[in-house]
Amino acid sequence: MWIETLIFYFFAAVTVGSALAMITLRNPVHAALLLVLTFFSSAFIWMLLEAEFLAITLVLVYVGAVMVLFLFVVMMLDINLAVLREGFARFLPVGAALALILFGMVVYAYRKAGLDAIGAPASKPADYSNTEALGQVLYTDYVFAFEVAAVILLVAIVAAISLTLRRRGDTKYQNPSEQIRVKKADRLRVIKMEAEKR
Amino acid sequence: MTLGLTHFLVLSALLFSISIAGIIINRKNLIILLMSIELMLLAVNLNFIAFSHYLDDLAGQVFVFFILTVAAAEAAIGLAILVVLFRNRRSINVADLDELKG
Repeated sequence: MWIETLIFYFFAAVTVGSALAMITLRNPVHAALLLVLTFFSSAFIWMLLEAEFLAITLVLVYVGAVMVLFLFVVMMLDINLAVLREGFARFLPVGAALALILFGMVVYAYRKAGLDAIGAPASKPADYSNTEALGQVLYTDYVFAFEVAAVILLVAIVAAISLTLRRRGDTKYQNPSEQIRVKKADRLRVIKMEAEKR
Repeated sequence: MTLGLTHFLVLSALLFSISIAGIIINRKNLIILLMSIELMLLAVNLNFIAFSHYLDDLAGQVFVFFILTVAAAEAAIGLAILVVLFRNRRSINVADLDELKG
C-alpha cells in the first residue's frame, strides 16, 4: 500500500512542479514542453486511479496531438517576448494571492465535507478490463453523446481549416484537374497552307 | 498511510489554483493563456476520475472522455484563431485586441 502512496507523491510533485514552471517561464516553447510533462505525469496518477484507458488517451490525445499543435503554432509565430512579459512582476502577487485564497477555500471545504468517510472501493477481479467496461457504457447508455462528440470533432476540423486557409492572389499554382482534362484540340492547331515555292 | 479521495482532490485543487494564477500573471500572452485553460481542464478531469474510482461509478470516466474530446476541438479552433489573429495584427498581445473598444 505504501508503494502506491510513494508513487502518488512522486508524480504529484512532478505534476505540480512542472505546472508551476509552465506558468512562470519566459519561453513559450519551454512552457509547452513542461505542459507535456504535466500531462504525462498526471497520466500516471490516472493509472493509480485504475482509469487505464483514459490515461493512455491522455498521452495519445494531449501529448501526441494537442501539444504538438501548440508547439507548431509557437514555432510558427514570431512573437516579441519582451512586450508580452511586461506586467509580469506586477500581477505576480495578485495571481499568487488569488490562487492561495482559492486553494485554501477548496481545502477547507474538503475538510468540512468529511470525504475520508468514503473508503477505497473493493478491488476488481484480475480479468477486469477498464477499456471494455467503458466501451460497454459508452456504446449503450451514452451513445447519443458519443455521436454528438463525433459531430463536434467534425465541426472543429472544418472550422480550423476554413479559418486558416488563405488564397493569395499573387501566387502561381497548377490546377491538376484542368491539366488532366485537357484535349488535343485545346493545345494543338493544324494549319492548312500552301507549300512555299522558291 | 493509505491513499484517500482527499489526496487526489487536493492535488486537483492545487493544479486548478496554479492555472488561475497562470491566467492572471500571463495575461498578455495568448498562448500561455490557452495552455493554462488546458491545465484547468486537466484538474477538472482529475476530480472526475478520482470520484469515479472512489464511488465505483463509470459515469465519471465517460464524462472525462467527452471533456477530452471537446478540449481537443477547443484547442484546435483556439489555435486556428490565434494564427489568423497573428496574420492580421502581427501580435498575440491581448492588449492589442481593442478593436471593439469594449
